[in-house]
Formats: sequence, C-alpha cells, structure tokens
Amino acid sequence: MLTESKLHIEHAVLNETCAAGEPWSGLVKHGQTFRILDLEGNQAVDTLFYNAHNAEERYSAIDTIQRQGQIYLTTGSILYSSEGNPMLTITADTCGRHDTLGGACAAESNTVRYALNKRPMHSCRDNFMHAITHSACVQDREITKRDITANINFFMNVPVTPDGGLSFADGISGAGKYVEMRAEMDVLVLISNCPQLNNPCNAYNPTPIQLLVWDAA
Amino acid sequence: MTTFNTEKMLWEETVPGGNHWSGLMRRGSALRFTALQGGANVSVLFYNMEEKLERYNMPDTLKAQHTAFLTTGNVCYSDMGRVMCSFTHDSVGWHDTICGISDVAIVQKKYGVANYQTHRNDMYRNAKDGLLTELTKHGLGKRDLVANVNLFSKVSANDDGNLVFQAGNSKAGDVVDLRFDMNVLVVLSTAPHPLDTSKVYQPADVLLTAWHAGTAADNDVCRNACEQNQRGFINTERFYAN
Repeated sequence: MLTESKLHIEHAVLNETCAAGEPWSGLVKHGQTFRILDLEGNQAVDTLFYNAHNAEERYSAIDTIQRQGQIYLTTGSILYSSEGNPMLTITADTCGRHDTLGGACAAESNTVRYALNKRPMHSCRDNFMHAITHSACVQDREITKRDITANINFFMNVPVTPDGGLSFADGISGAGKYVEMRAEMDVLVLISNCPQLNNPCNAYNPTPIQLLVWDAA
Repeated sequence: MTTFNTEKMLWEETVPGGNHWSGLMRRGSALRFTALQGGANVSVLFYNMEEKLERYNMPDTLKAQHTAFLTTGNVCYSDMGRVMCSFTHDSVGWHDTICGISDVAIVQKKYGVANYQTHRNDMYRNAKDGLLTELTKHGLGKRDLVANVNLFSKVSANDDGNLVFQAGNSKAGDVVDLRFDMNVLVVLSTAPHPLDTSKVYQPADVLLTAWHAGTAADNDVCRNACEQNQRGFINTERFYAN
C-alpha cells in the first residue's frame, strides 16, 4: 500500500549515505523511525535485523510470512523475530512491495545461478562477512556467519505465482522512493547495498542509498 | 539407480506424529518418507555433517530453481552453492518451503494444552521445541534454526501474496524420496504445519526407510532439471573430489 511519511529530513537524528555495493550497520532504538531511501531507483537493499541486546533473537522471514499469511512486505507489515516478537512495523512505503524470499546474493550461489566463473563477483554475503569482521556494532554482538539468515530485500520485486513459480522481475522502485519503519525494540540493522550485476534487481547499475533515523515524536 | 530398492534397504524406523528425530545420511544414501496417515507434515533441516556452518538455504534453493515449492527434480541447496539432497521421487507434488514451523504458542492457541503430566507421550509437541532438542544434541541451537522445508504440506499464494493452506495435500501412503548428495545431518519434527487448519491435534506418523541409492548419474532427473542444478552438482562433486 502506497503511503507517504510526515517526517522531515531536517529533523532526522541520523542521515548517512551508503555507497553502491557497500555494507552498512547501525542501531535504531525502540520508538525511533528508520527510513531507507532509494536515491537513484531500482536498488535492492538486503537487510537483516537483530535484537540489539540479544542477537540470538533476529529477523525471521518465515515468522514474518507465516504470522501474517502474506509473502510481500508493505505499509502495515510487521517484521517478526525468530521468537515471534514484532521487531519493526512498516509505517510508510512509496514503493509498494518488498521481498523476503529472494535472500542475499553470494559468490557461491552466483556460480549456481549464472556460471561457475562468476564466483569472483562482489556479493551481498561477502558484504555481510566484511561487516562481521570490521563493524564494531556487529562484532560487539558476536554475530557470525550462522546469524546471516534469510533477509529482506527492500525495493526488490520477486513475484510468486499461484502455481508456485518464482521470478526476479524488473524493479518497481524509482529514484526517491523510500520505506520507513518504526522500531518496536532496540535493533541492530545490517545492510548490504546489493552489488549484483547479473539480474535486473539493481537495473544492472547498483547505486547509493540514504539511511535516516528520527526520534519518537 | 536412485529409485527405491528394497534389496538395498539399510534400515527402517517410524517417527510418531508430533515427535522429533535426527540422524546422519551419507552421500549416496537415500530416505523414503511415507505418510502413514493423511495430512502429514515433516519440518526438516539439513546440515553438512562435517562442517555444520554449511546448511540448507531456503532463498538460494528457491532462486536457483525459480520455484517457491519443492517436488520431483528439485534439490535443496546449501549456502555454499552445493546440492545437499535431491527430490528423486514424489507422489505428493508440493512441499512447502516458506511457512516455517509451529511453536508452543501456536500449538496451544489452536489445540489447547496437553502436557506430559496429563497425557504422557501423547502430549502436544511443537516443531520448534522438537527441532531445538535435536539441534542441541549436535552442538547446534537457536542461532542455527533457519528456514526449513515442510514435507507433505502445501501453502500457495494468490496474486496479492496472501497465503492459503491446502488441506488434504497428502494422503496415507504418499511418499517422497530424498537422495543425499552430501554427508548430511538431518533434523526433523513431525509436528503439525503452523498453518494447518485442522481443529484437532492429530499429526500423522511418518515411516523413514533408508537405502543405498548411489550418487547422481549423468542422466539424473534432478541434475538435469535445469542448468542451475547441473552447476550445483558440479560444485558438489568438486567438494568430494580426491
């Protein structure tokens, strides 16, 4: 459902840009609102969330799907944890549909999906591994590879047909579109701004994104 | 080569409905799951037994094969781009990959409480606690509980993405055969599917039959289902090359 935000950028307490193909991590406190802005359009943003105080509790795609009986994410969707608790609620969305089945690209899965010689290409899961070894707020929580599970792909369009077909379709996002969510607990956000060049998820041209946080009104 | 062969049978064991089980399946062995009553569900996870950080990966499995469900010809991919196991034969046609597992709250809300004190081993069990019990036996835990496969269960999405549980997807006697293409730790629960619409708690018993199937032949139905699977089998064969 398309809904616009009432928040103003000049009131944001965090305003950062993540370059094309890079990881990003940060903390969003209970009650704060987090926005991901697709600056140039059709950019998949692979995103994981963890309980900031106990990373064993983390975003769960299967809980989010099963508890709402719905495979796509948009305004009103609750992002559930592996313990069945609401982590965030999507409060504004000018794109209209986000994916949580497609997962993150990886060097290894690229060899399967495209060609054995695609292994050297940059990937989201390599970004997550980089964050695990370099980002203080990720390292502080002792997050390892086994905590990298099925993620959300904001701005990505992965339609599932009634007969169970699944495809990676052209993006429905565009320059300036955004998704906004209210944190229902203190969360660590871990993002890979997707560097995939083999399918249309980034319109074959990965671009930067903007991350913003507002305090509770 | 990979079809069920009683002469090559290794062992047989029944997992009662609602119960949990784990075991090691070597590369080239296979498991037949037989539903002993209708409406069966097997929530199952796969780990590389020698490096348990490598495990079944739902998104990689779905996107490699452009499908939201599994049946004959499909394989389960690990997060390392290898084929862990293959659906070599299936009388059901649809096994769910996207709905996850029942937990204690879901089971209590739907079916009420039946605990050990009042019901002994007929107590109502849930898939999450069953899988965690088995995972813990192998040094794994909550952080290793990832998106699973629900054998025998079907949930489809309409054009808007709303899910509908298809009651009666499997009947007594239905079978699905999994050939193991890696050395795999199998962890499973036969508790009800989380979206099962049945009003009563009566999870089906499931018979496990193991046999020696051999590794995937050049003309294997799963290897040749798509070019992605051909590459997945090459990755797997390179892993075991010596």
